[in-house]
Amino acid sequence: MLTLTCPHCGVQADETELLPGGEAHLKRHGPGSSEEEFEGYLFHRQNPKGPHLERWRHAFGCGKWFLAARDTVTMQVFGTYPASLATPTDEIRRRAGVERPGWGFEPGVPGEPEAVE
Amino acid sequence: MSTRLHRGGRLIDRSRPLRFSFDGHPYQGYEGDTLASALLANGQMLVGRSFKYHRPRGFVASGHEEPNGLVNLGAGDRVEPNHRATVTPLKDGMTALSQNRFPSLDIDVGVLNDALGRFLPAGFYYKTFMWPRAFWKHVYEPVIRKSAGLGRVPQGRDPDTYEHFNVHVDVLIAGGGVAGLSAAWAAAQSGQRVLLMEQSPCWGGRAVIDEPEIDGTPASHWVDRTVRALRSMPNVRLRLNAQVSGVFDHGYVLAAEQLEGAGPRQRLWRIRAGKVIAANGAIERPLAFAGNDVPGVMLASAMRDYLVNWGVSIGDRVVVVTNNDDAYRTALAIHRAGLIVPAIVDARPRPDGELVRQARDLGIRIEAGRGIAKVTGRRRVSGVKLCALSGEGSPIEEIFCDAVAMSGGWTPSVHLWSHCGGGLSWDDDRAMFLPDPKRPPRNHNGSPIVLPAGSVVGELRTAAVIGSGARAGAAAVGADAPEILAHDAEEGPFLPVWIMPQGAKTALKRKMWLDFQNDVKVSDVELAAREGFQSVEHAKRYTTLGMATDQGKLSNINGLAVLSNALHVPIPQVGTTTFRPPYTPLTLGTIGGVAKEHLFQPVRRTAIHEWHQRHGATWEPVGLWRRPFAYIRPGEHVHAAMNREVLAVRNGVGLLDASTLGKIVVKGPDAGRFLDMMYTNVMSSLPVGKCRYGLMCTENGFLSDDGVVIRLSEDSWLCHTTTGGADRIHAHMEDWLQTEWHDWKVYVANLTEQWAQIAVAGPRARDVLSKLGGMDLSREALPFMAFAEGKLGGFDARVHRISFSGELSFEVAVPANQGLALWEALMQAGTEWGITPYGTEAMHVLRAEKGYIMIGEETDGTVIPQDLNLGWAVSKKKPDFLGKRAQERSHMAGGHRWKLVGLEPLNRSVLPEGAYVLGHGENANGQRNAEGRVTSTYFSATLDRGIAMALIENGPERMGQVVQVSNKGGQPIEARIVDPVLYDKAGDKLNG
Amino acid sequence: MADAVTLAEPLGMIGLRGDHGDERVRAAVVGLTGTAFPERLRIEGTSQRGVAWMSPDELLIFVPRSEVALAVDRLATDLAGLHHLVTDVSDMRVCVRIEGPDAREVLAKLSPADLHPDVFGPGLFRRSRLGQLAAAFWLEGEGARVICFRSVADYAVALLRQSAADGAVGHF
Repeated sequence: MLTLTCPHCGVQADETELLPGGEAHLKRHGPGSSEEEFEGYLFHRQNPKGPHLERWRHAFGCGKWFLAARDTVTMQVFGTYPASLATPTDEIRRRAGVERPGWGFEPGVPGEPEAVE
Repeated sequence: MSTRLHRGGRLIDRSRPLRFSFDGHPYQGYEGDTLASALLANGQMLVGRSFKYHRPRGFVASGHEEPNGLVNLGAGDRVEPNHRATVTPLKDGMTALSQNRFPSLDIDVGVLNDALGRFLPAGFYYKTFMWPRAFWKHVYEPVIRKSAGLGRVPQGRDPDTYEHFNVHVDVLIAGGGVAGLSAAWAAAQSGQRVLLMEQSPCWGGRAVIDEPEIDGTPASHWVDRTVRALRSMPNVRLRLNAQVSGVFDHGYVLAAEQLEGAGPRQRLWRIRAGKVIAANGAIERPLAFAGNDVPGVMLASAMRDYLVNWGVSIGDRVVVVTNNDDAYRTALAIHRAGLIVPAIVDARPRPDGELVRQARDLGIRIEAGRGIAKVTGRRRVSGVKLCALSGEGSPIEEIFCDAVAMSGGWTPSVHLWSHCGGGLSWDDDRAMFLPDPKRPPRNHNGSPIVLPAGSVVGELRTAAVIGSGARAGAAAVGADAPEILAHDAEEGPFLPVWIMPQGAKTALKRKMWLDFQNDVKVSDVELAAREGFQSVEHAKRYTTLGMATDQGKLSNINGLAVLSNALHVPIPQVGTTTFRPPYTPLTLGTIGGVAKEHLFQPVRRTAIHEWHQRHGATWEPVGLWRRPFAYIRPGEHVHAAMNREVLAVRNGVGLLDASTLGKIVVKGPDAGRFLDMMYTNVMSSLPVGKCRYGLMCTENGFLSDDGVVIRLSEDSWLCHTTTGGADRIHAHMEDWLQTEWHDWKVYVANLTEQWAQIAVAGPRARDVLSKLGGMDLSREALPFMAFAEGKLGGFDARVHRISFSGELSFEVAVPANQGLALWEALMQAGTEWGITPYGTEAMHVLRAEKGYIMIGEETDGTVIPQDLNLGWAVSKKKPDFLGKRAQERSHMAGGHRWKLVGLEPLNRSVLPEGAYVLGHGENANGQRNAEGRVTSTYFSATLDRGIAMALIENGPERMGQVVQVSNKGGQPIEARIVDPVLYDKAGDKLNG
Repeated sequence: MADAVTLAEPLGMIGLRGDHGDERVRAAVVGLTGTAFPERLRIEGTSQRGVAWMSPDELLIFVPRSEVALAVDRLATDLAGLHHLVTDVSDMRVCVRIEGPDAREVLAKLSPADLHPDVFGPGLFRRSRLGQLAAAFWLEGEGARVICFRSVADYAVALLRQSAADGAVGHF
């Protein structure tokens, strides 16, 4: 059971106080987008074995959405940040890079499954 | 015969006798006894029957690892199956029954399975119950069901209560032996929050049994002193009878505490720990020799426990069989108690250590390099036949004895380390799987969660155990470890022995038990290996090794070793099965906690709930809300009530509690722009004071909610949602505002519960409201789809001229605390017109007669507005809104979609709910094709016949056609496709 | 003796969404409550007159019930022209009082929040859950105060009463 620190209110929230919201940094494709773009936006997700950027809402708390960088294998959390940021902070990227060398951040691009052991 | 000795028993109080019964026989024990020690004190060695062969079973252990001593404890609704008698404190008046026997423990007919044992090998079920197929349901399943499971569950409600307790600590220590105590002591010096939990009722673990010297004093003194010191520290908390049950991600830990006296029976601790010190010890391993399951064969340490703790001897003549020095302590203790140890059978060729020498000096016969070929006796040990360890088991000599103390070494309890992914490595010298310090389970910050200590890391000598505990405690808080000196007997090396004798043939292996409860023998594991079950996880499930209630605490390592031999691969390559929480079974009551009966789930009630209750409401759950389904008068049938309510609205006036509808305020300079994205139609153009029906879709294009939006002021709107949609739609709005359009100036507030809302519907609705007075609600002042705020009969009201029934209708919102008073005032004012409260079912009929859709009835997450002929509410002009892009996809915009129509059953009946409209031909599964489905179906009191709405392929183009509707168990029903609007199509009443 | 759990008299409550950093917002709130402006996760004053921090852009203001309408008007006037949202939410929530020495443990049986005195002291306002309910709670009087939605008031009182009746754990 995870614990994530809400960057808005500072509470180290129990997973049962949170609502999960899937992959973060999806780029919205609306009217005018191609079939491929729209398909990717609706259905394609990265589902990595390793660092993952994900959306959480502090539902039983301040009600705010935030993003978390979490390793799906080790459960290590590299940091949380407000949902309004377009990318994870430099510090989060540094930390994730230390644990998972070669990990890079590409928003909204479903990559090939990473071979992370 | 086991018996109580005249002296000894550090835990019992002989001045306080307790009475109890087992299988109906009255017995007596003492305060401080466990049920097991008290039974043994009364000579009751036989306590159960094994699962498969119904072999007689006696106690093997003295703690949580006990596989045999499971009883049905208690009586009536408090009975609990599979209670481990070894950890059950004896209480006056306690009643217990043995399990898995019929008709009685002494005479058991299932024992026939034992005689047939050769024909019930591993995988028996998989091999036997395959054919003939016709036997599955009526022969095999009933037989298997009858023989499956242990114990009997209570029939009534559990009368006890349970609770949870949440705490956050810096350091949680599992285990109150000397490792745990020294860890607590070391960690506590930092001032951080320390919680120490011990599963048994007393501190000190094994050390207080054997009394090594710690810090210059006997262990029990040191334990007392340390516990006192810890108790005096403000940052330390100690709990006995509390077992750490599982370690989960990010330092989340569950522990189960057994409680005494009034109040809850068990407490589940939900702990968030910075560090968990696993100091929960090790469990002694049995040895695998023929007849090792005969009652009277017991773990050497358990036999010592019964002697020292409870003054109980298991037999007068005890043969000790071992591969290590520790079992000599049992021999010495038995000897000192004045009982006889005819021999110590030691598998090692040249045992030599301080304890061995002590035994030798006392004249105890030591048979080195020997094993046990066979235990004689069936329901009780009568003797053992010795053999050379290395041979095939030719008996050298038979020694008469009535008990056997066995020790195959110790297995660290690495469960807590492994629950959350901690890696293990095999230590060949000690023949143990040990926590691999390089692969700890990790916390959210990447640091190790679990620090193993004491016997968990394979330490068995007191000085090493205590040193390891102190180091772990200090490491947990980032301090230096205090030095605690200890001394116990120096020990010689141990010799791994997996079966005895080592060259045993199959006949002997069939009598060597690995898993006592599930009857898994050495021969079964070898058979599994021969049949190709190479993975330990597969072999486990095939043989059921380690699948009993003890989850392999005794059998695991021996089973692995046997498998490893059979597969000719080293043990670490075979690996272990997965350690999963809980460490020992938890009761469902403990897991549920306080959430039972009236507290099982919250029920949401409107401000008018009590009134509904008093006036005959039957309830419809809508989410967590309870809404009146219909108000039933004395002697009235529910259908009659519903019809009466429908007609009252059509002909007079009715009252509906609509408070549960969601009410969300949206305000700000960008609020109009925001709502234009949220809704499929345009909301920014709505004039102040007006209402507009709106639809919301997901990005998939599917309809997710509907409701009336009103414009409160230039920059604020109030959005009504469905009852079930309020929280979801509020969260949906916040989601888009916070994550996608976070620079838009919009504030949203969910005010659903601030307002009570009452629909006043029917031709007399205006008359009723006018009687309350205070507001001009005339057709001119308040036309259809307008709202006004003011004082209505003294209430702070917002009156909406909207309708979900097709009648002249007003929805009146007042602050919730005024809701009941308004309702009662309306009932009073409407008396002369026969005002009638109506429930959700009448509401459904009214709206269906009018062809109005209902989210969740006409929609199911695959329906777009266009399917429901609601294209008029989908803006063509707006460049964008949620769902617009999806609705442009070819399969959404193209033909052949199932679309909304009315259905008129030719025989005037009510169509079955969820029925399909049958198409031509069959699908690939041989099922009749469907070309539509019924979404709403009711008896219409207004039309005096069944009415229905349905989604039918190209339905609106097929008006007048007759279709077939499925009718489970009967002939299809014919129905004509008609316009869904069946009542007041011109809208004269609505606009009245 | 178990802690007493009772439904409090209806409170006057006003929801205010706006920029906490804006001087006009701060002045309007402080002017109304006569307390300091609450920092993150704090409550200033009491449930009779005070203000609690709900989220980075939301406050819950407590005033006597009789003053709510006036206070709403005053806030609207003070904040005119500024992007904000003021709502009377007095009827939307109820307040439950837990009076007694073990209020902290009564809450800890139901909430995953850290309620150790070092963390959950006077002045802390914690939004969390109590069992399956969304709730906020803080220390006040001889115990604690809980606010939750009115629709679950009966359930909340029954839940807290059962937790109180089950007795002290003796941990804190």
